[in-house]
Amino acid sequence: MSVSSRAFSALAIAAGLVAAGTSQAQSSLTVISFGGVNQQAQIKAFYEPFTKSTQIPLVKGEYNGEQAKVKAMVEAKQVSWDVVEVESPELARGCEEGVYEKLDYSKIGNKKDFLPAAVTECGFGFFVWSTVMAYNADKLKTAPVTWADFWDVKKFPGKRGMRKGAKYTLEFALMADGVAPNDVYKVLGTKAGVDRAFKKLDQLKANIQWWEAGAQPPQLLASGDVVMSTAFNGRIAGAQKEGKNLKIVWTGNIYDIEAYAIPKGAPKRDLSYKFLAALAKPENQKVFSGEIPYGPTHVKAMGQIEPTLAATLPTAPANMKTAIATNTAFWVEHGEDLEQRFHAWAAK
Amino acid sequence: MSSIAMADTPPPALPVQTTSLKAQLRRAERLKKLRYGALIAPLALFLIFTFLWPIIGLLNKAVDNPEVHTALPATTKALAGWSQQGLPDEAAYAALQADLIQAKGSEELAAAAKRLNMERTGMRSLIMNSARKLAAEPPTGPAKAALIEMDARWGESDTWQLVARNARAHTDHYLLTALDLRRDEAGHIVGAPEGEGVFLDVFGRTLWMSFVVTLCCCVLGFPVAYLLARLPARTSNLLMICVLLPFWTSILVRVAAWIVILQDGGLVNQALMALGVIDQPLHLVFNRIGVYISMVHILLPFMILPLYSVMKGISPVYLRAAVSLGCPPFKSFWKVYFPMTVPGLAAGGILVFILSIGYYITPALLGGPKEQMVSYFVAFYTNETINWGMAAALSALLLVAISVLYTVYNRLVGNTTFAAKSR
Repeated sequence: MSVSSRAFSALAIAAGLVAAGTSQAQSSLTVISFGGVNQQAQIKAFYEPFTKSTQIPLVKGEYNGEQAKVKAMVEAKQVSWDVVEVESPELARGCEEGVYEKLDYSKIGNKKDFLPAAVTECGFGFFVWSTVMAYNADKLKTAPVTWADFWDVKKFPGKRGMRKGAKYTLEFALMADGVAPNDVYKVLGTKAGVDRAFKKLDQLKANIQWWEAGAQPPQLLASGDVVMSTAFNGRIAGAQKEGKNLKIVWTGNIYDIEAYAIPKGAPKRDLSYKFLAALAKPENQKVFSGEIPYGPTHVKAMGQIEPTLAATLPTAPANMKTAIATNTAFWVEHGEDLEQRFHAWAAK
Repeated sequence: MSSIAMADTPPPALPVQTTSLKAQLRRAERLKKLRYGALIAPLALFLIFTFLWPIIGLLNKAVDNPEVHTALPATTKALAGWSQQGLPDEAAYAALQADLIQAKGSEELAAAAKRLNMERTGMRSLIMNSARKLAAEPPTGPAKAALIEMDARWGESDTWQLVARNARAHTDHYLLTALDLRRDEAGHIVGAPEGEGVFLDVFGRTLWMSFVVTLCCCVLGFPVAYLLARLPARTSNLLMICVLLPFWTSILVRVAAWIVILQDGGLVNQALMALGVIDQPLHLVFNRIGVYISMVHILLPFMILPLYSVMKGISPVYLRAAVSLGCPPFKSFWKVYFPMTVPGLAAGGILVFILSIGYYITPALLGGPKEQMVSYFVAFYTNETINWGMAAALSALLLVAISVLYTVYNRLVGNTTFAAKSR
């Protein structure tokens, strides 16, 4: 092989690589989720079957739910995210403001097969998740039972982890102050109720370590930085699998449905719908619940999950007993105001 | 003008010669100026279009208020002549009804609802629900009665005042909020409710933290720069590389490294515990100490370099002369050497101070909520609540604060170079 022919073949290989790169960029789908073990479970349950059946590779990204990026993309008409995982209040707000496409369910599945709350105008809800109280059983001799215990620094000394934001933090504060789960949003809807929640938070403020990404609470708990924390229930289960002695308290948990939505003007709409259809398949949802204990939204999938696993999901009757559903309408209305006030309060 | 006058009444001695010489000189000057102008024109244009223009555009966002008059044009027109007392007339109600039906489901209406909701929680659902109900069953009969029937709030003067106030193209809402002020229902400027005003604190904190960082950099940077300036070239070059090394590492990497070093189970605490100096770990990170340590570390080169360049130019002869004339060493340093370094100190100081004022990443990662500076809130409003008016207002105030400080600085130390020279 002469030098020139070697150079030529190298060039040919390089050209081939470039061509492969561009063709891949044209026929791939960018999927943005909340990352961590949740993303791992989604890869197993949804991404892999999708890629198998369509031969389309997925480009995986992650974020913490901040909507500015999506909104900026949509306004600039340069949408590079094809499908995005969104929490329900942000989804409802984005839907009103024209950030997300209105969905055509004929391309996803039969509406009647899903929990009613999973089928919204702009997003398809594919799992039920819960924000729970979790604690490190190695650090605490007695188990906390209620949100009042979470606030009781005398009985349970040590720091507490909480998500940095008003959402859920205020609800938990009211429950700790003795408000019944069913009345939480009624109380929080009044100025006096909001003041009451912040007053309750004042008591705990010095002992709170704030977290932002879902992967943080298990780390904070395992390292002993905090003895209790609010957390996404699936992340705690993930840490338990790794042999960490973390426990979940289901009392007064707040559950919500997580959805995937298509940003308005995303170019690969047909593919995005195929992806949503993969989320809707009961067999995929069943695999997902096996990977990470979040509840399915397809009615058929619920019956197929084995009982021991079903008991660890937010959808289990025992776990639902004192739970409240995220009040999406409330957070759409009051979100900005309360988040603003929360951040002002936290920075003091 | 004067040249023309001179041409009209020529003086007797060598008239043509002088004027033409003067004119030639002026022409030459003009050409020179034009040539200079042409040389810097590309840079000037580049700066105007990529720097000034976007900044002005963004500052405009702090007072821009397009949402309501875009979504509710007829209402805006109908309310233009309203006295702001009691309730508006039937025509305004009819206009609002038409606007709501027209805009139902549009992004513009959602934006207007969001905008009104900023000033009064509940406005979003009032606007959205009214539009939904009206579109579902268009009312018959007078609009005023129908709207009040639908929601009692349409029968309140406050609601209408809020709409009328925000139908204008500009608003002071964002700037007032950034100063912990707001307008009450009647439109008077009042302080923010107890426990909700935070920005004056944050501005104060930003300035104070920047000041402390600048002071630490001065104290730590001065001896280093002095050493660099006095050592022979070979050693000082090696040390210079050590000073510049942080410049070549990403800021994120450095911040992460500080977390590893300073955290409760980190290197510093482990070393001190192993030596038996302490028995409880010191909390060095996620509080102000951690932010100070890291910021000083990152900004130190910005202090050392200007100082070094000034000190390099100071001849050691002066000090020697002072000492040989019987001045004690410290006094000769303080009286002779130090005043000559002030320009470098001032340049480094203002550089470090202005850079610290805009710090975001370091306090966000190494500080707690109490260490967050103004830029954190700019990021919060930009990324999380998508309230760009608020982000722009905070940025504008920060820019004003920096400009004022810079002017004061210029008055105080701007002339030191000349002062030092004239001494």
